[in-house]
Amino acid sequence: MTEATRRTLLGGIAAAPLAAAPLSARAQAANTIRIGVLTDLSGTFRDLNGPNTVAATRLAAQEFAGRGFNVEVVVADHQNRPDVGVNIARQWFDRENVDVVTSLAASSVALAVSDVARERNKVAIATSTATSDLTGRACNANTIHWVYDTYMLAKTSGLATVRAGGDTWFFMTADYAFGHALERDTSNFVRAAGGRIVGSVRTPFPGTTDFSSFLLQAQASRAKVIGLANAGVDTINSIKQAAEFGITRRGIKIASLLLFITDVHALGLQVAQGLICANTFYWDANDQTRGLTRRIRALAGGDTPVAMSHAGDYAGTLHYLKAVADMGVANAKASGRATVERMKAMPTQDDAFGAGTIRADGRKLHPAYLYEVKTPAESRYQHDYYKLLQTTTAEEAFRPLAEGGCPLIRT
Amino acid sequence: MDEIFGIPAPLLFGQLLLGLINGAFYALLSLGLAVIFGMLNVINFTHGAQFMMGAFVAWMLLNYLGIGYWGALLIAPLIVGLTGVILERTMIARLYKLDHLYGLLLTFGVGLIIEGLFRNEFGSSGMPYRIPAELTGAWDLGFMFMPIYRGWVVVVALVMCLATWLVIEKTKIGSYLRAATENPALVQAFGINVPRMMTLTYGAGVALAAFAGVLAAPIYSVNPQMGANLIIIVFAVVVIGGMGSILGSVITGFSLGVIEGLTKVFYPEASSTVIFVVMAIVLLARPAGLFGRS
Repeated sequence: MTEATRRTLLGGIAAAPLAAAPLSARAQAANTIRIGVLTDLSGTFRDLNGPNTVAATRLAAQEFAGRGFNVEVVVADHQNRPDVGVNIARQWFDRENVDVVTSLAASSVALAVSDVARERNKVAIATSTATSDLTGRACNANTIHWVYDTYMLAKTSGLATVRAGGDTWFFMTADYAFGHALERDTSNFVRAAGGRIVGSVRTPFPGTTDFSSFLLQAQASRAKVIGLANAGVDTINSIKQAAEFGITRRGIKIASLLLFITDVHALGLQVAQGLICANTFYWDANDQTRGLTRRIRALAGGDTPVAMSHAGDYAGTLHYLKAVADMGVANAKASGRATVERMKAMPTQDDAFGAGTIRADGRKLHPAYLYEVKTPAESRYQHDYYKLLQTTTAEEAFRPLAEGGCPLIRT
Repeated sequence: MDEIFGIPAPLLFGQLLLGLINGAFYALLSLGLAVIFGMLNVINFTHGAQFMMGAFVAWMLLNYLGIGYWGALLIAPLIVGLTGVILERTMIARLYKLDHLYGLLLTFGVGLIIEGLFRNEFGSSGMPYRIPAELTGAWDLGFMFMPIYRGWVVVVALVMCLATWLVIEKTKIGSYLRAATENPALVQAFGINVPRMMTLTYGAGVALAAFAGVLAAPIYSVNPQMGANLIIIVFAVVVIGGMGSILGSVITGFSLGVIEGLTKVFYPEASSTVIFVVMAIVLLARPAGLFGRS
């Protein structure tokens, strides 16, 4: 600090304490990165997000402390409503000096908020979002999509199911953007692998609790596979009722296209056993993932399993902070586009996903895994739910760059 | 015979049966709502949360005390009914002299608070709860596979509806209740403790909701929002049946379950809205509801 500024500051403090506060606050703010966790704290996706998401983000910030700048984490609940999400994001960017928003559960929210980040030249890191449009038609230079997307889910579990003999499909699709995208992406793989779609039903979202009518329609279609293009409580109710109505006992397979470990936890192994699901992170995969899970749970408390979305919150935040340290706080705060550029240029390395890269369209690449849910007898300790069936490499798992139709790629 | 309106007959029969089963839940829940409204003139919007509490108390009894489904069917309604009694004594009783709207706002707010507390404690994905061993399995009806548990739900719901109707219409206590609704001051003058009767009525209505919650626990996800999804539909059922009419809400509950079931076959996208379309039509044609007294 120069003598002149010190004198000004001291003088200011002596003369009018109130006037001094904005001065020091401004100096402080210039050296502080603010991370806005925009997530579901109270709705359907609370267990995929909620306290574990906040803890995972804070953990990354803590572990990155002491590199010459401060990191603050602010949290808000978007209630799975795009209008609420957009309002919060605008307020954060315009008035509260937030540099990056993360989490963004519910595809509709992510699509809307990513556009605000582009408009204000900030950064959006979607870690809990499914729609593959985020790196396709709707991609932009300020957004990175971590963890999973509908294409990866469709390819990993869809292809595996067809190869195992499940070649006729009936879809039960949640009637909104995410469900439609998942149905579309999966149908493409089923057809490409020589399978057939024999029918589908759009279930109102939210507000459907009884899926038995739809299950009977699926059964009447004589499909070998019922594809569940839904999420969260809808998936749980569908699977629970499929078991109750003896659908699975009659040899019909349930393909739960998006199944989180938190859903398996809620179903209980008795009902969930034998289901297959695509994931990019399992807490019990290796020493790094187990260590990370312990650290997140120590911060979060509670009994909720650490899901792939939480791993993404940690890894995405960590990589963002690495890029900030690399390019300098001032540059990072000045341009979200430049920060994302830098994030894409640097390889990623973290305890959740190991080594990886971020592609030009904003897609984070890492391997995908196909798991089968264990039987109650096979499960030996808390949250011991999955056994690995197959690994798909990062290049194989996600949609090829040229096929997404992302405008960034053409230019 | 194979096809009716282009839908295979077995599928249609299956849907009718499922509609009846869902209707059983609507009937049981709207029954409690109608009993409370009939006696207390309060629209109990906490009903959904109390339904959810019934399911959660069943889960807690099993996991903390090792008490299974049959015990829960008895104990959970008692416990939740008791919380209802406390709620009525400490808060709702203060609002009887005011407009309906105040009772609605209070119970709506209390319901949101209860759901928030449960979500904070138990998360949103829900808890596993198994069908009791005695009721697992299914009957093959030819046109569909009928889980024994669902059959049990319909039978129990019918018995409860009938019992409630008998108590209110055919017993002495019921006659006091009906009289107290018409003219509380006069009934009080005959030496009957009207406030206590109101409290017990509210407790009983809440216990009915909790009972439905225990019935629902093995087939729906036991999660904090489970009641919020149902309460709006059930409210519509009560409005269609005629506010406060017990028979009306039971019949409407079952028939709307069937209408909803059929919509799920012919136009699934509208299945969550069809009940409100019916409600709008009924309100236009008969503002007091199908069985209500205007």
